[in-house]
Amino acid sequence: MTTIAAPTFEWLQLAPVLTVLLAACIGIGIEALAPRRWRFLAQVVLFEVGIGVAFVFLVLSWLQPTNNLGLMAMGSISLDGPSYLMWGSLLVFALLSMLVFAERDLNNGATAFAASAASVPGSAAEAEAALARHEHSEVFPLALFSLTGMMVFVAANDLLTAFVALEVMSLPLYLLSGMARRRRLLSQEAALKYFLLGALSSAFFLFGIALTYGFSGSFDYGRISDAIADPVYGRGLLYTGMAFLAIGLLFKIGAVPFHNWVPDVYVGAPTPVTGFMAICTKLAAVGATVRVFYVALGGERWSWQPLLAVIAVVTMGVGVVIALTQTDMKRLLAYSSISHAGFILVAVVGATAGVTGQVNSFGSILFYLVAYGFATVGAFAIVTMVRDQAGEVHEISGWAGLGRKSPLLAGIFAILMLSFAGIPLTGGFIGKWAVFSAAWRGGYSWLVLAAVAFSLVAAYVYLRVIVTMFFSEPAEGVVVGKASGMTWVPVALGAFVSAYLGLFPGPLLDLVTSASTFLR
Amino acid sequence: MSPDNYLYLAATLFTIGTIGVMIRRNALVAFMSVELMLNAANLAMVAFALARGGLDGQVATFFVMVVAAAEVVVGLSIIITIYRTRRSTSVDAANLLKL
Repeated sequence: MTTIAAPTFEWLQLAPVLTVLLAACIGIGIEALAPRRWRFLAQVVLFEVGIGVAFVFLVLSWLQPTNNLGLMAMGSISLDGPSYLMWGSLLVFALLSMLVFAERDLNNGATAFAASAASVPGSAAEAEAALARHEHSEVFPLALFSLTGMMVFVAANDLLTAFVALEVMSLPLYLLSGMARRRRLLSQEAALKYFLLGALSSAFFLFGIALTYGFSGSFDYGRISDAIADPVYGRGLLYTGMAFLAIGLLFKIGAVPFHNWVPDVYVGAPTPVTGFMAICTKLAAVGATVRVFYVALGGERWSWQPLLAVIAVVTMGVGVVIALTQTDMKRLLAYSSISHAGFILVAVVGATAGVTGQVNSFGSILFYLVAYGFATVGAFAIVTMVRDQAGEVHEISGWAGLGRKSPLLAGIFAILMLSFAGIPLTGGFIGKWAVFSAAWRGGYSWLVLAAVAFSLVAAYVYLRVIVTMFFSEPAEGVVVGKASGMTWVPVALGAFVSAYLGLFPGPLLDLVTSASTFLR
Repeated sequence: MSPDNYLYLAATLFTIGTIGVMIRRNALVAFMSVELMLNAANLAMVAFALARGGLDGQVATFFVMVVAAAEVVVGLSIIITIYRTRRSTSVDAANLLKL
């Protein structure tokens, strides 16, 4: 009889993920046991403490890199520089965007989530729940579960772990997008679309996993890479598998032609959730894509680079051109997020290895994501603050003259827009510069030229918003809501970091350059 | 053992599932088609596990089944909410969001 060795599990090194998961589970316990009036406060404290403790664990184990780098949990999690960087930024962005979840001052003491998501919109049950001031404090544990999935997704070192993490990340998001307090039909419709298309894309991802497994006989990224170097079976399986994997991942990134869900879901979902999705989901999806393509499929880069290059061009083009025609602020930000996905793909295609002293592909992607992330968190928090009688004002015409009503808020929004546009002295500019130079060194100069052209067009989109805010007659009935610190902290921090990264990019650039080597 | 025939069957099931999601207007049927796609992948993994001589593929199918069950919970709850609002599960009736 053969004995089965007990699997090893590095509790201390994986503590950041486990803390977030534990906080989510405690959150479910609070929902079940705590009296209704305490739940909200308890959940808010819990998620702040949970993410904070996870961050402390992360920093502590990062300070001792010798014992804490390597393959963890029987080789299914790869804890390397990129994992630490992405975990750190995921925790920060999740904390900032979840603070907006807890905003109650803007909406007469209620959150942006439905009083009772199960009640039929317009029914007596809904009115009763709203009158009794019920609210869904489950949104916090749901977001924490999603964050757990994201953290595992970016660090997964085998395809099966990646698949499970992808679902753990996505399922709570489907529910969260259907829980808006206002415009509930729209929100439910967004949830349905997101769910059906998301399930379709993960089925593609799974079939890709099956085919890649058939080619290499293993789910492990390292073993797949070995199989590519020394193939036993036909490459047909590998190429089809690679294509299916790419479809699943590009869907989550929101790249054209798999971008159709992005504008609909971003518009329909409650704005705080949109902010959470716009940065955290994108970061996780890009992180996992880079790991799959560089670590597992790096040996086949000559076959995927040209294809991804075409997708990058189309994504930038569609994102920028359709953003030009938008009249709705959330939809404009959605198409802007699609075009940013294209700019990020430019660096993914570049795939430059680490040259000493220069930012490599992954480093530039991470810098771009951090700069984009702070601007996004701030921008969506501001969208929740511009309101009229019926709730948030999403028409850009309603934003006219915001500069006279609240110069501070409009000024901050202008800084964020400039960072999106990549104007010098903002974080977005340094991000674009890093991304383009990585692709240039990777030998994709034509792609960089196209990207520069598209970013010039994109600048017009954002400048148009700034002009509307400062140089047109103020719109009637639109006010800037009096928000609490829950909204102001992300707004202020978003603007501050966007400007800071533009003026002093050095420390972050050094950090992403020093810790951007993947383990396998 | 050659996994070829199993793979052809899996690919056929997967294609049927994809076409089902694309052309069926009922959200429930579209969702069932997605489940068919997941099971096509399961079939391929089991066949490959036998052909490549490892247990990984067979174990993976259990994970996929659990994930699919979780997906059913979330999916049906969303579809039921929509049905209670609109008295219809047609994806064409859900048309408030423009392109």
